[in-house]
Amino acid sequence: MTYSSLLAVIQTPHIDYTAILPELICIGGALALLLTGALAVRQLPTVVYTAMTVAISVAAVVSSLVLWHIVQLHGAFAAIAKSLAIDGFSVAFVLLASCVLVVAALAADGFLRREEVAGPEYYALALLSASGAMFMASANDLIVIFLGLEIMSIPLYILAGFDHRRQESGEASMKYFVLGAFSSAIFVYGIALTYGATGSTNLAEIASFLANNVLTSNALLLAGLGLLLVGFGFKIAAVPFHMWTPDVYEGAPTPATGFMAAIAKVGGFAALLRVFYSSFHTLAIDWQPVLFVMAILTLLTGAILGLVQRDIKRMLAYSSINHAGFVLLGLQAATASGVSASLYYVFVYAFLVLGSFTVIELVGKRGDRAHPIEGYRGLARREPFLALCLALLLLAQAGAPFTTGFLAKLYVVEAAVQAHSYALAVTAMLAGAIAADFELRVVFLMYGASAPAPAEATDAAPAFSIEGSLAVPDPVSSAPAPGASTGTLASAAVMTGHDLATVTVAGAAASERVEVPLLARAALVLTCGFTVVLGIWPAPLFAFVHAARLLF
Amino acid sequence: MTVSAAWYLTLAAAMFSIGAIGLLVRRNVLVMFMCVELMLNAANLTFVTFARELNDVGGQAVVFFVLVVAAAEVVVGLGIIVAIYRRRLGATADDIHVLKG
Repeated sequence: MTYSSLLAVIQTPHIDYTAILPELICIGGALALLLTGALAVRQLPTVVYTAMTVAISVAAVVSSLVLWHIVQLHGAFAAIAKSLAIDGFSVAFVLLASCVLVVAALAADGFLRREEVAGPEYYALALLSASGAMFMASANDLIVIFLGLEIMSIPLYILAGFDHRRQESGEASMKYFVLGAFSSAIFVYGIALTYGATGSTNLAEIASFLANNVLTSNALLLAGLGLLLVGFGFKIAAVPFHMWTPDVYEGAPTPATGFMAAIAKVGGFAALLRVFYSSFHTLAIDWQPVLFVMAILTLLTGAILGLVQRDIKRMLAYSSINHAGFVLLGLQAATASGVSASLYYVFVYAFLVLGSFTVIELVGKRGDRAHPIEGYRGLARREPFLALCLALLLLAQAGAPFTTGFLAKLYVVEAAVQAHSYALAVTAMLAGAIAADFELRVVFLMYGASAPAPAEATDAAPAFSIEGSLAVPDPVSSAPAPGASTGTLASAAVMTGHDLATVTVAGAAASERVEVPLLARAALVLTCGFTVVLGIWPAPLFAFVHAARLLF
Repeated sequence: MTVSAAWYLTLAAAMFSIGAIGLLVRRNVLVMFMCVELMLNAANLTFVTFARELNDVGGQAVVFFVLVVAAAEVVVGLGIIVAIYRRRLGATADDIHVLKG
């Protein structure tokens, strides 16, 4: 059979390239980055790759805004053999994923140079991962959701292990990979059972099948739905599928943690909301109780286990579990306003978590290890800018008024009350209060009195005693001891006394100060600005979220 | 003699369960990968069975996507194992325990 006669037999779908323009820009950009890295004669400075990534993600932002405009003017449409749904809801999430990329690229630049893992790979992986989240958001077919899920997750596994010098990083990558692969296998099996029960993997066809047929025995369908929920639960870190979260958040390089926390929630919740709300809405009476229990467990587990953490990355991991519970509140309501509230929450949370992890990345210092919460004591005096940003972002996460976090919590709880899930609303407020306790504790530590931790003081005692014996002015002895200065001292032990003193003081002073690169500062200004400006003046974001309606 | 679809579905369910239990019980990371493959192939078998039952080619096309994804996943997984191996010897999950929890 010749090629032309084959073409006559096989009907290829019309491909609407504008519908997938943001995804194409991200994937093309990732390839361009890798190609630039491979073809460059000399190793290019990291800032070149950062600039390219920011340009690519800004292009994705612009193209999703164009798509938003098209959808608002001409209405929602299904594209590429009805496998993609281009509606306000999907474009809103695509826009969010592109914004997350911009901030993540700005935040990662300084880290990559500091840890000497520079190169285009980090950015290429981030772009690919974001394109997966965009596909998940605009998918109108369970198979496209699965492909998007994998395109999003596989780069995230690598990003978690990106810092190849740290053993924890490889371990985090391994754990994330094994549990991620497990969850996607469960997800595929869920799709297979749903396909068997409804005869299609297309979300719209599933919805119309369920609307037009009364199932005498829907055990197969419910099993499929349950497995789908398990698969999503792993991705969004909902209890009882959250076990990987603290370990992976702690072990992964800090900017990768922030990106992962934001993008996995964006993709996961976009697909979860669409599948459950638009396709399986007729089965709401079956899945609402399950989500009710899941939301309560997620809220309380995140809040209570967050209280006992000593590592700030683990603490934020539990806080992110708690936030996932809040987003589930909006879905559990199974109303249009509930879905809008969830969308609003994810929108707000993505920026909060990105900003928080950017501060932690900078405070973590070279080696990416200084993450005990105790190390944040008195940060406001040493690093007023970073402390202010982190305080703002944590206050927003705790739901303080005049921040986006407050309105986000308000809307999801309101949706739960409207759906008469009073117990859930009360639990959410209780869990929110518990979570606020550990989030605000860090704020108090930062702005409280500065006192060196005893363990660190004894650790550094030799360094300072040598300094003292050389009668060098000792301006830093009251500061928490930097581990790096001891290392510098050991390597400098063969130098003359004068040199030794200079090196020690210089080393101590250098490691005491936290280097804040310009681009990371820009990322922090963006996230904090978003949080405060739209917290005080919420109308634009609220209007945006309300315009982001689902197609079906 | 024909074999009814129910048998295929039962076989797939059994394969899926063996894979899931194996992943949770076994401690060698390579064996855990094999268990994931078993689970994915169980899903593939289910797809093909339902596609034949429903007389719909869509379910058979899905299998190709799943196969490609499984291959990509294994590539990354083995890459991660090699990266960990280079630092230490052994591929036993219990030895990977720097992170608590």
